[in-house]
Amino acid sequence: MWAIFRKEITNFFSSLTGYVVIGVFLTFLSLMMWVFPEYSLLEYNYATLDQLFEIAPMIFLFLIPAICMRSFSEEKQIGTLEILFTKPLTEWDIILGKFFGALALVGLAVLPTLIYYYSVWSLGSPVGNIDSGEVIGSYIGLLFLGSIFVAISLYASVLSNNQVIAFLVAAFVCFLVYYGFEFISAVPSFVGTIDDVLQKVGIGFHYRSISRGAIDSRDVIYFLSGVVLFLFLTRNQLIENRAN
Amino acid sequence: MSIQVQDLSKQYGVQYALDQVSFTVEKGQIVGLLGPNGAGKTTTMKIISGYMSTFGGEAHVNGMDVRSDPIELKKQIGYLPEHNPLYLDMYIREYLTFIARIYRLEAVNSKVDHIIERTGLTREQHKKIGSLSKGYRQRVGLAQAMIHDPSVLILDEPTSGLDPNQLVEIRQLIRDIATEKTIIFSSHIMQEVQALCERVLILNQGQLVADERTEVLERVLHKQRKIVVELTQSFEGNWSIEGIQEVLSLGHHRYGLVFGKTNIDPRLAIFDFVTRQGHKLLELREEKSSIEDVFQKLTT
Repeated sequence: MWAIFRKEITNFFSSLTGYVVIGVFLTFLSLMMWVFPEYSLLEYNYATLDQLFEIAPMIFLFLIPAICMRSFSEEKQIGTLEILFTKPLTEWDIILGKFFGALALVGLAVLPTLIYYYSVWSLGSPVGNIDSGEVIGSYIGLLFLGSIFVAISLYASVLSNNQVIAFLVAAFVCFLVYYGFEFISAVPSFVGTIDDVLQKVGIGFHYRSISRGAIDSRDVIYFLSGVVLFLFLTRNQLIENRAN
Repeated sequence: MSIQVQDLSKQYGVQYALDQVSFTVEKGQIVGLLGPNGAGKTTTMKIISGYMSTFGGEAHVNGMDVRSDPIELKKQIGYLPEHNPLYLDMYIREYLTFIARIYRLEAVNSKVDHIIERTGLTREQHKKIGSLSKGYRQRVGLAQAMIHDPSVLILDEPTSGLDPNQLVEIRQLIRDIATEKTIIFSSHIMQEVQALCERVLILNQGQLVADERTEVLERVLHKQRKIVVELTQSFEGNWSIEGIQEVLSLGHHRYGLVFGKTNIDPRLAIFDFVTRQGHKLLELREEKSSIEDVFQKLTT
């Protein structure tokens, strides 16, 4: 598994992918948080990082599918997956290697935002007036969110040889589970009947719940089972591809 | 026994890609898998290499069932898939190091150095795979298949698409490796199988139609005809017949006469010759190979 993990990471940084991903993420985020007055933290006058944790998932929605779109599609198309499958590796070695590889890149993109935390901490009045518990919770939430998006995107990638299709399917499914269920729950005929159930099926509900700083085991279980579900689907698809 | 295959079958829809194929390969043998496109060569190799796990029949490599012990098995096999897929944006050294890590080899660097030297990649070792010519890419493919020093090598069309010079080099490379390993490789070129192998398995439409020593190929390739005659008593003289190339004594007054291309039917010439010598013919028959229709397909 570590051989695959290392290859994935090297791959990100020996091509432009890694730099572009981190660059786009940070540029977009800093513009929103510090420059554009609409969202700017400086205009907001509260010492929180709420903007960060609200905007980051939106960027993840297209960035993570972009990171993962080639992971299986490309290997299937050029045939290198056949090489991997005839090496002493299990399906899980390959899947988890790619999963943690992509997640590590997401982590590396998020890591520099700790500077924002320090900035807000320093800007606070009095200095240090920021709810650190909430920030830690939010980062954990972001990590879970990233994991589930990576798992979804890997599954989309294993479904198709075509990277564009893999990207679009992944972005659409991520959007659906993150925002979609909430939008649907707002449909008038659901309001007051099953709207709360629909909301709880979506990721957004659990993400916000963790972001409040209280880590509820139900949310953790929700995220973990989501990740496991999509990784299992990926594995099944891999095995099916191999039979033919 | 290095490779043992029993009643191998594989079905795609209603079509059989492989139909009850059985053979064994001894340790250290080099065997060619010959057949026209779609004969089942690749499917056979995918099964032996452990890539394909849904099939009918049994396949054992080094005594291990390919279905039940895939990880241990794959450590002992080197496999070069058809079309030689490679990560084109990786450097040669980087790629081979990656493969060595997958096998969890110790002393990765020296293993990589060794295989680079062995496959003649020393001068190119710092290049990207994508910038290599086809012949060199094939060497990289062979290097990834051999880096862990497997006892069994499975090479699926290792020379397809190479130009004549590259072809010679890659064949030589395979010949060099062959001294210590069991090799099974596929091809649709008769000359190649004849040049490299001691034994040939011929597949046609999913069935094993012949399992012969490669001399058979020579006969077909050179359009030779082998005619067996039986006389009433042994003939000590010289078989001076036009076009005769070789006389094999088969015992009991029987002789195998090998002819090159001749203008007249050698059977007529033999009949005339034997009667002129005052001998009597008991039998005169041409030995035909069961595989000639396959060769027809291969050559046209």
